[in-house]
Amino acid sequence: MLSKKNKEIIFNPFSKENPVLVQVLGICSTLAVTVSLEPAIVMSVSVIAVLAFSNVIISLIRNTIPPTIRIIVQLVVVAALVIMVQQFLLAYNYDVSKQLSVFIGLIITNCILMGRLEAFAMHNKPWPSFLDGIGNGLGYAMVLVIVGFFRELLGSGSLLGHKVIPQWLYDAGYTDNGLMILPPMALIVVACVIWVQRSRDKELQEK
Amino acid sequence: MKALRNVLNKMKPAFQEGGKFAKLESVFDGFETFLFTPNTTSRSGSHIHDQNDLKRTMITVVIALLPCLLFGMYNVGYQHFLAIGEASASWSTMFVFGFLAMLPVLMVSYGVGLGIEFVCAQIHHKEIQEGFLVSGMLIPLIVPINTPLWMTAIATAFAVIFAKEVFGGTGMNIFNVALVTRAFLFFSYPSAMSGDKAFVKTDGIFGFGEGTVVDGFSGATPLGQVATNVGESLAPIKDVVGSHISASDAFWGLIAGSPGETSMAAILIGGAILLLTGVASWRVMLSVFAGGLVMGGIAYGFSTPTYPASMLDPVAQLCYGGFGFAAVYMATDPVTGARTKAGQWVFGFLIGVLAILIRVYNGGYPEGAMLAILLMNTFAPLIDHVVVSRNINRRLKRAHTQS
Repeated sequence: MLSKKNKEIIFNPFSKENPVLVQVLGICSTLAVTVSLEPAIVMSVSVIAVLAFSNVIISLIRNTIPPTIRIIVQLVVVAALVIMVQQFLLAYNYDVSKQLSVFIGLIITNCILMGRLEAFAMHNKPWPSFLDGIGNGLGYAMVLVIVGFFRELLGSGSLLGHKVIPQWLYDAGYTDNGLMILPPMALIVVACVIWVQRSRDKELQEK
Repeated sequence: MKALRNVLNKMKPAFQEGGKFAKLESVFDGFETFLFTPNTTSRSGSHIHDQNDLKRTMITVVIALLPCLLFGMYNVGYQHFLAIGEASASWSTMFVFGFLAMLPVLMVSYGVGLGIEFVCAQIHHKEIQEGFLVSGMLIPLIVPINTPLWMTAIATAFAVIFAKEVFGGTGMNIFNVALVTRAFLFFSYPSAMSGDKAFVKTDGIFGFGEGTVVDGFSGATPLGQVATNVGESLAPIKDVVGSHISASDAFWGLIAGSPGETSMAAILIGGAILLLTGVASWRVMLSVFAGGLVMGGIAYGFSTPTYPASMLDPVAQLCYGGFGFAAVYMATDPVTGARTKAGQWVFGFLIGVLAILIRVYNGGYPEGAMLAILLMNTFAPLIDHVVVSRNINRRLKRAHTQS
């Protein structure tokens, strides 16, 4: 079903073309929505959906978009999809959409989206564009989930809202790390993920 | 001496590449150069040759820290016995109590920090660097005595890895390692780092110094009391059992606070050692105090009950809290501070101003010296850059007018 090239399109964003870890895009939302795991997952799903469908739509109309106004056309498409996602969340997952506040709306300005639309969807057929959107969305989601996992575990002692650190540990004097809840620590966790990735993947190491 | 040298020579092959303990090569090298001057010299480039190597510099700072450490130990004991209503205990009892209270913190700080340094040195096949000798001593002095040891351990590990090793080790760090440790603790575990319970040790150590806290005990530091002051004028500052204290008590140091920071007298002795040996820059030290005095004066001139700390007079402002300790031992860190002469004046002055600014006008932080220095650490390279490029431009202009 997937040709070799399509496989690369979908799997490269996990490793050596990861939008967050290698291209360092979408950092803003990575810092903002990863305090706990649930909003991180919802944010990931939203970005995957918007990215995949905007890639397909732009790819379908790529030959009719005048190059002079292509950015604004891309923005309109993305904005329409983001508003749909936003309304969907308000209707079905109100609490989380409250937590994510402006960051769902700010998907419009997420650099990963503009980057993929400009770099890929404008020059490729709909099917590869769809795969590219899914792949990059998953690459972004992977980082969000890893960061959200550690920040919620160490910062609040819970995962997806359930307490996982046992009470006896608190009784023995353990305290949740307040710094984990603040944005700077998200940056350091991302840095650690990058550190692990670079030390495993020799290709990415700078001389 | 010769016998020791022979022992080391005999042991050496086992620690070299291919030897039995090759994994501990950097550890062996560290101890060898600690005991004897290394017999290798630099072979490339031009170097300034001086007796005063990194080890000696670091040891000088450690010696300069001793007055603060010894007085800190005494004061930990003094505050403890005051709190349990046995102020008549002899000074040696107090000192031994303080020593026993501080020893575990020293061990944790050195153990964790040096452990990481050893591992990193071995991974990179480098010599062990001595920078942590000072940081490891600073950490117990600026961390409240009641901070749980595991928190200190985590914070030390975080600071050594993320503030130092990732930048390339000793001499490469942007931020002062000891202050990063404290900042990590401060933001991670705020409840353990501030308030009533952090600064005075109230329970005994293995049965030694047991006792119940007297009625009316409050472990708030002077600046903590000032920050929570309500009313038109400043209520008198009290010690842990409610007697009034003045700025002169703060100068001699028998007040509640982190172990190293309370005694201005001990800090000044240490500062004198640093200046006489030429290890620290007098420009930075002087300008930090100048900045603190200026900002303290401005705050005092516009004092208002909304910001109770503005009602402290400028000299008291410098005596309370960690300002003096930060000025003498932290701001003068040669690695993280400005290096040009003009830059040092600016750097120090802004630290002084910011420390008092944060202390007075930010209700959330009763003490601002830590944040002021960390912030100025960020700007130190910029300050140096401006100074250097101004110099270049001035000289260029001179060159052009002549031609």
